[in-house]
Amino acid sequence: MEHSAINVFFAGNNFARILQGLWTSVWIAALSLLIGLVLGTLLGILRTLPNKTIRFILRAYLEFFRIVPTIVLLYLVYYILPRSLHINWPASWMAVLAFSLWVSAEFSDIVRGAIESVPVTQKESGQALGLSASQLFRYVLLPQAMQLELPATINLATRVIKTTSLLMLISIMDVIAIGQQIIEANNQQYPSAVFWIYGLIFILYFAIDYPLSLWAKRLAAKQKR
Amino acid sequence: MTEEILRVENLNKYYGDWQALHDINLTLHKGEVLTLLGPSGSGKSTLIRCLNGLETFSSGAIYFKGKKIDGSSKTWQALRQKIGMVFQSYDLFPNLTVIENIMLAPVKVQKRSEKEVRAEAISLLKRVELDEYVDIYPRELSGGQKQRIAIVRALALHPEIMLFDEVTASLDPEMVRGVLQIMADLAKKDHMTMIIVTHEMNFARQIADQVLFLEDGKILENTSGKEFFAHPQTDRARDFLTSMDF
Amino acid sequence: MSWQIITQSLPIFLKAFELTLWLSCVGIVCSILVGIITSLVQYFKVPILGRVLTVYVELARNTPLLIQLFFLYYAFPVIGLKMSAQVCGIIGLVFLGGAYMAEGFTGGFAGVSPSQIDDGKALGMNDLQLARYVVFPQGFALSMPALAANIIFLIKETSIFSVIAIPELTNTALDLIGMYYRSNEYLLVLVIAYAIILVPVILLLNFVERKVRYGTFGN
Ligand SMILES: Nc1ncnc2c1ncn2[C@@H]1O[C@H](COP(=O)(O)OP(=O)(O)OP(=O)(O)O)[C@@H](O)[C@H]1O
Ligand SMILES: [Mg+2]
Repeated sequence: MEHSAINVFFAGNNFARILQGLWTSVWIAALSLLIGLVLGTLLGILRTLPNKTIRFILRAYLEFFRIVPTIVLLYLVYYILPRSLHINWPASWMAVLAFSLWVSAEFSDIVRGAIESVPVTQKESGQALGLSASQLFRYVLLPQAMQLELPATINLATRVIKTTSLLMLISIMDVIAIGQQIIEANNQQYPSAVFWIYGLIFILYFAIDYPLSLWAKRLAAKQKR
Repeated sequence: MTEEILRVENLNKYYGDWQALHDINLTLHKGEVLTLLGPSGSGKSTLIRCLNGLETFSSGAIYFKGKKIDGSSKTWQALRQKIGMVFQSYDLFPNLTVIENIMLAPVKVQKRSEKEVRAEAISLLKRVELDEYVDIYPRELSGGQKQRIAIVRALALHPEIMLFDEVTASLDPEMVRGVLQIMADLAKKDHMTMIIVTHEMNFARQIADQVLFLEDGKILENTSGKEFFAHPQTDRARDFLTSMDF
Repeated sequence: MSWQIITQSLPIFLKAFELTLWLSCVGIVCSILVGIITSLVQYFKVPILGRVLTVYVELARNTPLLIQLFFLYYAFPVIGLKMSAQVCGIIGLVFLGGAYMAEGFTGGFAGVSPSQIDDGKALGMNDLQLARYVVFPQGFALSMPALAANIIFLIKETSIFSVIAIPELTNTALDLIGMYYRSNEYLLVLVIAYAIILVPVILLLNFVERKVRYGTFGN
């Protein structure tokens, strides 16, 4: 294997393009997380309410996302929006839609679990102080739940970031798609470019996700004590 | 004087910068019962856990039957078969039945014959009036029953000394007496050498040959049981006894 | 939506269904083995190997399966290691799954309560006996929820095999869509196929999880 193939990184504006692709992945992940977390919080709160119908529907919503692989979700949006609903969004928006719904489902379960694990005495002492149901959520349950759910939320974020590797499949110019272009363009000159480019992308993903998982692990360990 | 079982010399214990035990000295002879008394946080658990190597100590020495313990994990592991211990949290192994809980260490650690151990386990269970629970899982037992079985489990190893750390503190009041009864029985009938941490003052007064009164990790009094309860020397001990409604 | 399209595609989907099941089973079984071995090595803090496996676990857990597969399938031939798509798929899935399983078991071992370990020590057990009679039986039971989640996760991850043209369910659906342009029908069959696999698996795992929990801890 010729080491000169490393030059592929620096030929032309290759490195800048890879970073640009990475940025695409990052903003899609960030926006999906933001929307998904907000929506998921709402759904999670709804799931702790006594109304059976709402709880059933939301449970079904969660189970749907638990069963369907993310890659399939992406294709569902990608094919159904334009073909059946005649909505012609850019692919990146469709990805944000698919990911947001998925995140909201997963997060709703995290929120519900966290709210339910706040000790009953906390709820009762809030009620005893005359807090209304919404005040109870806002000042007592959510803040405590938020702390409990932070590690799981960070882990969810790492999964969303890893899942952005699928973006190229619906023809978004993410870091992998750009990597492929560079590999193809340089195949003649540097046959081993594929090794270096995919290696770099592997490391890039690791560099983003590893610190996050480490953080989540530390937080979880601290909470246990 | 009878044979010396345990001697502690100038034992100090730190958690980080914080000194949990200051210069502890004590001697215990065969058949003697020592009770460790003191307010919460005074270091009773820390001391008793040092005595079977569950905590390491920072300086000082412990002698078992006159022989200095070198502190290696191997030495402790072998010694723990001779030093039985029962804890406040009466957790038996939840995945094993009562008899399996009792037989596990004698058979696997001491490599004794299953038949012999089983027979002994059953007679010990009879003694604590739990022989009908042989094949029951711990989840079906009350706290007091579990604690009695935990005592049997430790006894089945034929220990030369038993350590009890507040074994009745988490029990419902009506369960306490049965457990204390067994400990009193062990002292009287078996002449078992014991160190007992307890908040049951009546029990302590009846059973203690020797009392160590600890506060802030220091021994404030080290006297006979009679002497301690009749004439506590320090104000702290007097306050403590008053606070225990004694 | 056309029933005819759906029924005509069923034989093709059935083949893909079998392949997905087969790949999932092999992947899960091997992942559990790798996970057990890895977690044991880490538990006993085996020198060097323990460190190496820690690096492995972190690398595998923090990178996407898709890149792992691309690396195996496209980059490895450059250094002279050519493998069929299915072999790459299984290796990739086990690389990923083994790390997840290891993490789950390690978490289970760490979750065994300190008082249980004190109990074992007080009974004179050495490290090996403590591991064998106290930590592992309870630790495996504690890791059941993680094990179940990982099994479901790995079954779903086989969908990513579609990117290296393994004709499993997702790949088959995409091929059919590409050929006949009937996305609604094929996507419906695809989703139902995953439901047929995953719903029983989820229910079964729930049941087993509860059984093991009760059998071990009595609650
Ligand atoms: N692992 C530890 N790390 C740091 N400090 C500790 C640790 N264990 C105990 N301590 C401290 O050491 C002191 C003695 O604790 P210990 O548990 O021995 O008290 P105790 O006399 O048994 O109290 P109680 O009657 O409440 O059981 C306490 O101040 C406690 O906070
Ligand atoms: Mg204590």
